[in-house]
Amino acid sequence: MKQKGSNKGNGKKITSVSTEEQNLQGFSNAEVIKDQPALKSERAINFAGRRKIWYLISLIFIIPGIISLAVQGLNLGIDFTGGSLLHIKVASQTVDSSQVLTAVESFGLEKAPVVQSSEQQEFIIRTEELSQERVDGLVVSLQEKLGAIEVLRHENVGAVFGKELAQKAFLALGIASLLMLLYITVRFEFKFGVAAVLALLHDILVVVGIFSIFQIEVDGSFVAAVLTILGYSINDTIVIFDRIRENSRNYPKWDVLHLVNRSLTQTLARSINTVLTVVFCLVALLVFGGTTIKVFTLALLIGVSFGCYSSICVASPLWIEMVLMGKAGARKISTNIR
Amino acid sequence: MHKGNTQYLVLAVVTILIVVAGAVFGFKPITQHINLGLDLQGGIHAVLEAVDSPEAPATPEAVKGALGVIRNRVDQLGLKEPIIQLEGNNRIIVQLAGVQDPEEAVRLIGKTAMLEFKNPQGETVLLGKDLKDAQAALNQSGEAEVHLAFNAQGAETFGKITTQYVGQPIGIFLDGNLLTNPRVETPILNGEAVIHGGYQSLEEAENDAILLRSGSLPVKLEMIEKRTVGPVLGEESLHKSYQAGLIGIVAILIFMIGYYRLPGILADFSLVLYGLLVLGILAFFGATLTLPGIAGFILSIGMAVDANIIIYERVKEELRSGKTLMSAIDAGFSRAFWTIFDSNLTTLIGAGVLWYFGSGPIKGFAVTLGIGILCSMFTAITFTRFLLRSIGRSRLITNLKLYGA
Repeated sequence: MKQKGSNKGNGKKITSVSTEEQNLQGFSNAEVIKDQPALKSERAINFAGRRKIWYLISLIFIIPGIISLAVQGLNLGIDFTGGSLLHIKVASQTVDSSQVLTAVESFGLEKAPVVQSSEQQEFIIRTEELSQERVDGLVVSLQEKLGAIEVLRHENVGAVFGKELAQKAFLALGIASLLMLLYITVRFEFKFGVAAVLALLHDILVVVGIFSIFQIEVDGSFVAAVLTILGYSINDTIVIFDRIRENSRNYPKWDVLHLVNRSLTQTLARSINTVLTVVFCLVALLVFGGTTIKVFTLALLIGVSFGCYSSICVASPLWIEMVLMGKAGARKISTNIR
Repeated sequence: MHKGNTQYLVLAVVTILIVVAGAVFGFKPITQHINLGLDLQGGIHAVLEAVDSPEAPATPEAVKGALGVIRNRVDQLGLKEPIIQLEGNNRIIVQLAGVQDPEEAVRLIGKTAMLEFKNPQGETVLLGKDLKDAQAALNQSGEAEVHLAFNAQGAETFGKITTQYVGQPIGIFLDGNLLTNPRVETPILNGEAVIHGGYQSLEEAENDAILLRSGSLPVKLEMIEKRTVGPVLGEESLHKSYQAGLIGIVAILIFMIGYYRLPGILADFSLVLYGLLVLGILAFFGATLTLPGIAGFILSIGMAVDANIIIYERVKEELRSGKTLMSAIDAGFSRAFWTIFDSNLTTLIGAGVLWYFGSGPIKGFAVTLGIGILCSMFTAITFTRFLLRSIGRSRLITNLKLYGA
């Protein structure tokens, strides 16, 4: 058994099988390997020097989003505006969404209803807020026109309630950001906190912007998604800042750009691997998870991906800017690297 | 030396076997004990707001009465663990899972209370609006009773009834359900009656008094939020997200082995333990698993993997810097600990805020995420470490490449 073990590990020149020597081989292995990856571990990808490019990329994503938000806003679902949602399954296979729309319209509503097909024979109908009696009436009238239908889901939200949800969301966002800033200031320093929170707002702005540009309808779960992105993005950033903090203690002489480059390079594998595993899960949920959580998963997927990007290309560069601004010799360092 | 080596290995293998056995035999019973949210088994989430009107002002007392009325109705449905609670001063949240016909149940909950007095023949003889007040009290002998007071018209009618049916019971019905069935002892002509006997405690009498009061002056309730999910869609959602979760998790397990080799396998076992822990805690505390909750769970698996990844990347670096296997493992863990601590704690802050501000499914999501974060820290720091150290100490696998160096 022992022999087998060492044979398996026979990538190098191990020939002996006694355990004592195996241990020694363990040592020498490390020595041999050291040469090659030692270079690797001292390598530093120049993230910091390219930070203007990163800013540009971020702006490319953010500015259209902001414009879209200003011009057309978000496509708010009934959770925010108030209204009724009826998710039905039609028994007949030939019914399409235009037929459903005509059937709903003929019922006589004040505001124009929206019909969206979700899965085979399934339709989501959005209308103004309807009383229980009106909804019952609508279902009966749909049954007359479309044949047998089954109500899978019915939601009715008052307008007041929707306003509260939006207010609560903003409040939660503000409080969470503040608490995180506080925690990072205590555990790290204020500048890290500011950079992390800015990167986090960046991610949220990207997600909200994309949802605005494509006018994807947002519901209550979108709020949960945004707040999760907040938690996730900060998690990602902290791991990197933790490395910067550690390196700056161990190598106080490194200038700030080198410090960041080395730290980012050291944590790069982790940053990518972690986001990959989360992306696996989210893609699986998006593809196989059913209609009801699509928006939620999509928002998370965008947010988590940008969260990874912003931890590397936004949070750390922003921290550099703040450090450089604060330092007397700022000019010298920045001209050195450019 | 030989003995020591095998000992560590045996310990590690036995632990792994226990975890695997736990997963194989424990998964089903654990998941069966988890409460499913209404989005996963069909049900109702409704928020009712008391509307102020001159006839029935929405006082806290009146809202409490309305809550009692709703509870009384829901109890008739015979559901498992219905949730009926007060939110703020004037709102009532009703959550019912596993309702076969949600639309029908909503109609039942939302309707205005109706209190009726019926004669032995079952005919309605008096209506709730003629009842002025109902109060619970203890009499001189310490027995709980309910005092009724009727308005002028009610007093007259009640006088007639009680004269006619002396010695017979008068049924008091709320929404068609019998509340109490007291026997008339003597004709009551002054409009003030006492129901006594049969109450075990003041609380019980208080309960009836509340229901009687709200039946006499029902406060108007407006349904400001209502979500119903049919059982078919609920089951479909559960099935689909279960499948999606499984696929995502298998992808992670394969990725971890492919990228991290031996430690990847160990990490996979810690992930299995992690999953069991989270589900077990959810089941133990009777938390409700909602659809976003499943997403939160799956997402927290990503975070659990992250903790492992941070550790392995750290161990790798230590190996590259020329440390021996054991010291690299120890150094890697101790350095990774604070990284994991700080990063997870900030996320925990996020989950906490979400929990505080969220309602319904969002709260469920925050709970799962929070439990997930704590469990991920626990398994990564204790279990992964234990396995890696055991394998390292056994000195059986010394090729550092297998550790990712």
